[in-house]
Amino acid sequence: MSEPNKSNERATGLSQVTSNQVLFQNNLPGRHRRGKVLGVVFLASTVVGIIVLSVLLIKIFNDTMGFAALEYKQHPDTLASGDKPLNEMTCAELLPILQGNVSANRFRTLEREKPFLDRSQKECYKLVIFEVTEPVIKETWSLFASLFRSKQIKATVTEKYPNAELTFKFWINQDFVTSPQSDDPLQAGIRTAILGSLYIIAIVTLIALPIGVGAAIYLEEYATQSRLNRIIQTNINNLAGVPSIIYGMLGLALFVRALEPIISGSVFGFSDPTTANGRTILAAGLTLSLLILPIVIINGQEAIRAVPNSIREASYGMGATKWQTVWSHVLPYSLPGILTGLILSVSRAFGETAPLVVIGAATFITFDPENIFSKFTTIPIQIYQWTSRPQDGYRNIAAAAIIVLLILLLALNTVAVLLRNRYGRRMI
Amino acid sequence: MANEANLAPFPAEAAESTLRGLNLKKKVRPHEVLIQGFLFLSGIISIFTTIGIVFFLSEEALRFFTYPEVSLLGFLTGIKWQPQIGQFGILPLLNATLLSSTIAMLVALPLGLCVAIYLSEYATPKMRNIIKPSLEILAGIPTIVLGYFALTFVTPMLQSLLGKSTVQIYNVFSAGLVMGILILPLISSMTEDALSAVPNSLREGAYGLGGTKLEVATQIVVPAALSGIAAAVILGISRAVGEAMIVAIAAGAGPRLTLNPFQPAETMTGHIVRISGGDLSFDSVDYNSLFAIALLLFFVTLILNLLSQRIIQHFREVYE
Repeated sequence: MSEPNKSNERATGLSQVTSNQVLFQNNLPGRHRRGKVLGVVFLASTVVGIIVLSVLLIKIFNDTMGFAALEYKQHPDTLASGDKPLNEMTCAELLPILQGNVSANRFRTLEREKPFLDRSQKECYKLVIFEVTEPVIKETWSLFASLFRSKQIKATVTEKYPNAELTFKFWINQDFVTSPQSDDPLQAGIRTAILGSLYIIAIVTLIALPIGVGAAIYLEEYATQSRLNRIIQTNINNLAGVPSIIYGMLGLALFVRALEPIISGSVFGFSDPTTANGRTILAAGLTLSLLILPIVIINGQEAIRAVPNSIREASYGMGATKWQTVWSHVLPYSLPGILTGLILSVSRAFGETAPLVVIGAATFITFDPENIFSKFTTIPIQIYQWTSRPQDGYRNIAAAAIIVLLILLLALNTVAVLLRNRYGRRMI
Repeated sequence: MANEANLAPFPAEAAESTLRGLNLKKKVRPHEVLIQGFLFLSGIISIFTTIGIVFFLSEEALRFFTYPEVSLLGFLTGIKWQPQIGQFGILPLLNATLLSSTIAMLVALPLGLCVAIYLSEYATPKMRNIIKPSLEILAGIPTIVLGYFALTFVTPMLQSLLGKSTVQIYNVFSAGLVMGILILPLISSMTEDALSAVPNSLREGAYGLGGTKLEVATQIVVPAALSGIAAAVILGISRAVGEAMIVAIAAGAGPRLTLNPFQPAETMTGHIVRISGGDLSFDSVDYNSLFAIALLLFFVTLILNLLSQRIIQHFREVYE
């Protein structure tokens, strides 16, 4: 582009016109070519985002199943009596095997945890597997590797782990979702984490919905153009941009430490020794509520602003007061928008990890949370814990936990989209 | 006439008495006052949140600076962060934060700009309907999942491309790359908003002068939306600086002053996550030092956010 310009300056009069025309004609295919090339570049970079998203999902799915080399202390087949495999035996048949292979002390402890008569066949089977055969993961492979390089994997296993046995393992299964946490990736589940997450988002919803909607109504319907109200508005916009980890620090100093007697429940007589001081579900719920409040408020304001003014005026014309107008006309009209915003914010809280790590989520609890003053762990915290461990097996259960997290998030977002599509059009 | 006759006998005294009985004073409704009070309180909670953040971070940070081994100058200029030997220099952490954010912006800015130009100038409505939701999905993926992706996919990929001796298992580069992917939807959607806000008359004028689509997009629309793009970039940097989980998982543990992105180095956020995730006792130097880091982080992101908002307001005034 620069060269034609220079020659333009040199040319004068009629010759300038002709030379310009010539240059323009000569240049035109080049300009079009450049346009086409960059058009392709733009499209390609747009596709990059989609490719990354697909690769991410495939990678995670890929890790949730595949071959695993397990080494048994005692192989299950050697325990089976007769032709019946271990997993088909009844509890009564399994018990002698258990008794014969664990120490008397351990047997009594197990009996005390839950009487053997009350245990189902599946529970007895699991007991025998994990108490007697004690499988240990030596190495795991992803789904693709298991499908396309199975021969190579088999050779590796016979060479490197002669005592190990190769099994195809689905890391995400019913046991994974329903069993409590464990140190062993084969037994670990995310039941406690799911319950912790659900408890926390229940608290977040209960707190963020009324306060968020209240603030949005105040700012849109009641607030005058005063200095204070402008400060509130600017402040909310700023809070929406504060990193989540800062909210974690606030939660740590305020809820966990300063308000410890209330948050740990000792004021209300819930002084459970296992509840680690202020690091409770309530603290987590309050912290995440503060975190998503600005987003709920901003979304709520947008929804309320979308309500046509004619509706308010009609209501006032009928003699309604301000609150009557807001409650029976503005709110019902903007509710789908408000709820959509709320669900999206809650789903953000659902996937939030850093603030919960900071306020001190328990990383290892095997019992279900009982009330809001219990210790807690959440699905993202579990993913973080398992991802940080380098041993094989943990990565796989981290991937399995991610799938569970994504499915729950997808469910939440589907509800939001449905709400928007079902009621969104009515507004206009 | 008949009507008038009917109206005329309407007794003036009766009308007067009705009006006298009517109380035109505003009726006091206690519950509405209460409700309004609640609404006001909800609005003001956000102010308390900000005050709380500033108060608690400052209080604990001030306590940090009262320790004998800590000084403000040493904190801001020290090149070693080793609490065991009483060295509290923020520079290694700050350096890693800047390094990872720079890498993230190098990924997110060109890509985001291209995506935004494509969506706003080139894409058919059908393509937009496919691309925008998938970018929204990408934006909605929890950062912990992206951290997992960085550690278990991006790093091994880099290792097989560049060799295991160059690329460490934990490194800033893969964390930065994935952080760029995280910020991409933010930058592209904000930039697209800015591009769409450019009046069509500018485009039409440029087309009328014989500009090709590309020339109109890059020489007319993008310069006209530059302030909006700048706001998006600044907000993106702020998000990258404050992002915690990706760097906590993929960038490695242990503060280290290095400019080599393939080495492990801990960022400010990564350090806070790692230390607070362990057994942390209140009123220790470690505990208080986290608040000093957090305070610095808060002010950096606050300034960036304010700057971004200022720019957006300015550019709205130009076109509305």
